[in-house]
This record gives sequence, C-alpha cells and structure tokens, in this order.
Amino acid sequence: MTIRIIPRLDIKGPNLVKGIHLEGLRVLGKPHDFARHYYETGADELFYMDVVASLYERNSLVEFIEQTAREIFIPLTVGGGLRSIEDIRTVLRAGADKVAVNTAAIRNPELIREASRTFGSSTIMVSIEAIRTSNGSYEAYIDCGRERTGVDALEWAKQAVDLGAGELAVTSIDREGTGEGYDLELTRRISESVTVPVIASGGAGCVEHVENVIKDGAADAVSVASLLHYNHIERDQSLEGDFSSEGNVEFLSGRRPTRGFSKIRHVTLTELKGYLGERGIECRQDSEGSVNG
Amino acid sequence: MAEGRNVRVAIVDYGLGNLFSVKHACDHVGMSPRVTSSREEIFSADAVILPGVGAFGDAMAGLRRLDLIEPLKDVAGSEKMLVGICLGMQLLMTESHEFGDHEGLGIIEGDVVPLENVREPDGKALKVPQMGWNRVFRRPSSRGARAEDVEFGEWDESPLSEITDGRYVYFVHSLYVRPKDDAVCLSWSRYGNIEFCSSLRLGNVYGFQFHPERSGSAGLQIYRNIATMISAGMKSSEGATR
Repeated sequence: MTIRIIPRLDIKGPNLVKGIHLEGLRVLGKPHDFARHYYETGADELFYMDVVASLYERNSLVEFIEQTAREIFIPLTVGGGLRSIEDIRTVLRAGADKVAVNTAAIRNPELIREASRTFGSSTIMVSIEAIRTSNGSYEAYIDCGRERTGVDALEWAKQAVDLGAGELAVTSIDREGTGEGYDLELTRRISESVTVPVIASGGAGCVEHVENVIKDGAADAVSVASLLHYNHIERDQSLEGDFSSEGNVEFLSGRRPTRGFSKIRHVTLTELKGYLGERGIECRQDSEGSVNG
Repeated sequence: MAEGRNVRVAIVDYGLGNLFSVKHACDHVGMSPRVTSSREEIFSADAVILPGVGAFGDAMAGLRRLDLIEPLKDVAGSEKMLVGICLGMQLLMTESHEFGDHEGLGIIEGDVVPLENVREPDGKALKVPQMGWNRVFRRPSSRGARAEDVEFGEWDESPLSEITDGRYVYFVHSLYVRPKDDAVCLSWSRYGNIEFCSSLRLGNVYGFQFHPERSGSAGLQIYRNIATMISAGMKSSEGATR
C-alpha cells in the first residue's frame, strides 16, 4: 500500500498560519504559494483547514478553493467550521474533493450519515482532535481544541465510521505544532479499530517522526505542516507580501524561520519521500515539476 | 493544447460526485466542457464523460429519473467517445453487488464487486476504501510479456498513450469491476492481494477506476490524449461525410 503525504495548510483569512497546540497562530505567508509549491514537489493531496471559520466571513476561503481547484490536480480536502449539508455543498462546488468535519459532527453525529449519503462516503472525512487524559484515554475536543466534549476519541472514531465517514484525520492537540513527534498510541489505537484510512496529524518535527507514525502508529496517510512550511519559507525569500490585515506577523518579519522552532528539522517533500522510500515505505516518488505548465 | 480546442465535452450531472475537478481538467487541456443533465446537450456534444462518486444504486436511480439511460447507451453505440470515471466506469457494467444487486447500463459485460478482505502479503489488513496513489500496469501480474499476450498492454492510441508502465494515479473506491472478457482491460492495478481492472476500453467506450483529474501530470496527460482522440475522431467523421 502506498502511504500518502498530505501537507496541511491552516488558513486564517487570507493567510497561511501555524500555531502550537492549535493556538498562538503565526502568519507564514500566502496559502496559494505554498499549495502550488507542494503540488509541484510531489504532495499526494492537500488539506486546507480554515482555523477560524466560525468567526470570519467565508468568501475568501471559497475563492481560494476555486483557485486551487483550477490549477492543482491532486485531491483537496477542506475543513473548518462546516456545519451543514449546505456548507459542505458550497465547499464541494468550489472544487474541494473531500470535506473534513469535527465540531458540527460531534454536536450532531447524524450530519455524518446525511453527508455521506448525499455526497458519498469517501467525500466525508471526520477530523478528530484529541487530548490525552490522565488515565491514558483520549478525549475529543472541538472548536480548534478550545472546547472539551467528554467524548472518548476512540469510541467516537468507531461511531463516525459506522455513520459513514470514509476517512479519519486524527490530530493530537498535545503534539500539534510542537515538533515532538506524532502521538503513536492515539494513531495506532484508532487506526487498528476502524476499517477506513486514518491520517495521522500533529507533531512532526523530523523525517523519523513520519516514519514512526507509519510503522508504529499504523497510519495510512500522514499530514505534515511545520516540517515543510519552515523549509519553504527559508528557501523562498520571495514570500513577501502584505500581511498587514491580520495575525501575528512578527515571526515573518523577523525572517528567521527556525527561531523558536529548534525542534523542527524541516525538509522538502522530495527529501521526506526519499527518506521514507529508503526506509522501505512505499510512497509515490513522482513530482509534478513544471510538467503541466 | 490546440488539439482539444472546440472539443465540446458533456459532463453528465446526475446529482452525484465532484464534477468540478473533471471540468477543470477538461478546461486545463483546452477542451470546452459543459456540466449538464440535458439529453440534447449530451447528443450534441463531441464526447461524453460520465463521472461519479457515491453509491451505484443512487446513481442509476438518478440517471433513470433524468431519463439519461437510453441516451448514454445510444452514445455508447455511436462513434462518439464515452468515458466513465470511477463510479461512472462501474455504471458501464452489467450489474453491481454494492448493497444488494443493481442493474447497470450494460454497455460492458461484467459485474462490480466490493474490495473485501484485502491483505498485504504479510497478512496485514488493508483499509477500504482504497484511497490514494497506486500504479497502473499494462498486464496482469500473472502474465509476463509473452507473445500470446499481445492483446494486453497496447496503450498507444489510447488515453494511456505516453503513460509509463507502473505510473502512479489516484484511486478512491470500495468496489472494482470484473469484465467478463479480460481483453477489454486497458490497465491492471493491485491493492494488496486483489488485482483488478483499473481502466478499460471497448471500441469508443473507456472507463477509469482512478481519477485522472486528480492524478497530477499523469492524469492531465490522459485528458490531453482524450482531447487528441476526440479531435481525430471529429476529423475522420468530417472526412466520411464529405
């Protein structure tokens, strides 16, 4: 089986951002520059997460999806604040291939059933964001990790699949943005108890972490953010722009990508896939280059 | 790009699936796509694409409701290219066994069956749906490049022209087609212990289990080939009527 490497782009208004534990968002650049770069260097899919969707006007996201869908010919999943069948339809009509739901699905699990019936099971990804509790179980959180639910993440994962989810994205909030590695136990427990593919998310700080979550965490796909973003920032000095409208831009204007991120040993997608290939993990080694013009 | 100019493609909209990525891919290679559920537009187009994501039974019900079953069979029986993608490929078959038995369009003899008990050689269970990149091969793995297999592996003058053997393309599916006659298989792919027909060809009818519109440059090459083939077909039929 071929493992998918999926760059995750957290989007806030017009900007690509990255936080730690889903908080303290820093502006990193324009999402489209990163999306295009990842497409051209071999991303297997892209995952856009509108991190503050419930608070902002959505139009910029829809425009951004449309632009991506016209220019980028790999699957695109979009999540963040999708509450209804109509919200899902809007995002799919803009050109997304799949949608990710979390908050609305926990509040109303029937949304998963209805959405998978309406759009096809493989179109509906349920995103599970979890924190490890003191007794070793995992609790699902909603609203970008701000609100606890009392729902056991493993039970929720099984229920979501029973309701029709075609895929799960499992994020460890504890590890997210830290560069300390994926939560292998969380990923493995969920992956081994469901029949659908599981995307591991949150915590990659080096290529070995990605290898570990595939081999020991039983991940079917891996979402990566900081690991790639900081590399792209460092290499592409043209990523200037007007980021004045919102967000914490101190990081970008400092232009020292690794500052405060000593735990992230960033790489390119090509380097990451090359490393995994050498370690016996099958992944697509094609890159799109400038082939499609 | 010039090859596909003025090629009018009808993308059949029967209420299921992401039609937009198919449309964008057609646009990208210079064709003129139109998302439609109108019989007239299907008949007047130069080629027809039947996409689809979702359940077989719902899809057939949608086609029936829109009165599109006979028009699609008519297209298949004409010179015009008909391309089924993913569920659209499965709909071409005689029947499907997804959640009960459902009659298909019956354009290609064979059935559609679930990916079940898929295992790696080491016994590890594989997830269903198969979601991700996998390879397309000219021949089934059981057959080498032997002389008697010449019917396999001819990708020239097909939509897979210039695609290298073993190239990765993007799949999302829980079922696969089993054509009655292997000779219609244009490519083969393997998911764990299951080897299946990942694209097929019967005259002017083509089917892809994978999504060329989501398969990066390999997929765009397939769309370009389709545009070229449609243009060539238009020229030869113009010649014939002259």
